[in-house]
Amino acid sequence: MNIEEKVIEIITREQHLAPGLVKPDSSFAELGIDSLDGVNILFALEQEFKIDIPDSIAQNMRSVGQVVDALTRVIEGRDISDLVAIAKGAGAASAS
Amino acid sequence: MGVFASPGRDTGTFFSSLLSCRSAVRRISQWDPSALSVQIAAEIPEYNPTDYFPPKRLDLLDRFAQFGLLAAREAVSSSGLEVAEEEKPRFGVVMGTGMGGAGTFDSGFYSLYVKGETRLHPFTIPKIMHNAATSQICMEYGAQGPSLAICTACSSAGHALGEAFHMIRYGMADVMLAGGSDAPITFGMFRSWESVRVLATGNGDPSHACRPFSADREGMVLGEGAAVLVLEEYERARRRGAKISAELAGYGITSDAGHITQPSVTGPARAIRMALDEAGVNPEEVDYVNAHGTGTRLNDAVETQVIKAAFRDHAWRLAISSTKSMHGHVMGATGAVEMVATVLALDRGVIPPTANYTRPDPECDLDYVPNQARDKKLRVAISNSFAFGGLNAVLLVRRPD
Repeated sequence: MNIEEKVIEIITREQHLAPGLVKPDSSFAELGIDSLDGVNILFALEQEFKIDIPDSIAQNMRSVGQVVDALTRVIEGRDISDLVAIAKGAGAASAS
Repeated sequence: MGVFASPGRDTGTFFSSLLSCRSAVRRISQWDPSALSVQIAAEIPEYNPTDYFPPKRLDLLDRFAQFGLLAAREAVSSSGLEVAEEEKPRFGVVMGTGMGGAGTFDSGFYSLYVKGETRLHPFTIPKIMHNAATSQICMEYGAQGPSLAICTACSSAGHALGEAFHMIRYGMADVMLAGGSDAPITFGMFRSWESVRVLATGNGDPSHACRPFSADREGMVLGEGAAVLVLEEYERARRRGAKISAELAGYGITSDAGHITQPSVTGPARAIRMALDEAGVNPEEVDYVNAHGTGTRLNDAVETQVIKAAFRDHAWRLAISSTKSMHGHVMGATGAVEMVATVLALDRGVIPPTANYTRPDPECDLDYVPNQARDKKLRVAISNSFAFGGLNAVLLVRRPD
């Protein structure tokens, strides 16, 4: 199973959703996933992939696509600084 | 009223069990107690959370919050309570708990210190927090009014009922759900309690382990569960034709300022007097005392003196019983579990007994309604809670007529 399939499986399980509901282009908002659910999903993903998702990018993971992208980069040890910048920008926007 | 405790998962079953003098204490089955010197508790047997809650809901509910919700469920449905949208800001919830999300705490510690995990589940905090039961009940019933979680050890639920009562009395609310819930049966809790040396081991006979006021009493037995009562402003209850089980008329709340675990006589006696004074009731008018009656050598002897100090000669005419002999010490829920027993005693005119009363103790020479329920028309009753740390709660209830 690749990362995308695993992410879909975990979101389906953690949110107790019907199989097939979660799609690669689903957003958390569409799936009724709020921020508390979000941290729960991240926890399950960390357990599954044995990685640490930094807080600096966690708040910007609000769709299946964003989760898969961030996970892939963390797993492969790739640069995530643009994701941190996006998250900071989003944080600043919501604070103002 | 609603109850979810070891003698029964609803008020009917619970009270019948008490009246038949049946103790719900048995060997712990939630986990293996073999390593402990005390292996017994008043556990809710074969409790399966998924029988009562959908899996998604359960993710956020520690056992103690589950029990609180279940007791609230019965209280609300059996009372026929309906709260309109505009009334919700005057509808609150006050729940007592001693240990909060003890089970979640315990498994969290295990993950952290034994399994060496560096991440704990994100739902740990919302499950552990002592206000989880209160908040979940507020969310369930749309209660937007004054709401609290009260943590005064063994008196938590007694205080919860009293504070909720006063919120109505002093005009802050019209309807309150009040009670307590606790699920303290964890390995860590038992290791902690073992060292205090006040738990009864039962010597292989769990149902006879808790013997309040008996000469051969050997200590208390921990229990789990919850109870919730609907408290309503009198006119509102009357207008909607509610079945009024009792009038909550007095609340005594005092502090011993003495010892961190040993009770005083004056602190609890003052709390009894305070409840009587608020209700405008003379000591001689009280018929029944549901005692704190934990079954420890110290509590039962001191409580006997307390009752004598508060009631003087009338102490010998009172009927007193400890239902902890059957449902165990439910910690932060016990004051509410016992209030349900007290209200039903008033309502039905029958006193639940003190079970396992084997031999009279010269230091405990009052009438403890031993071993057999007693038919008696009651007008006024009080329920005592005297906690570790010297924090006392006494509630006075009387028949509504």
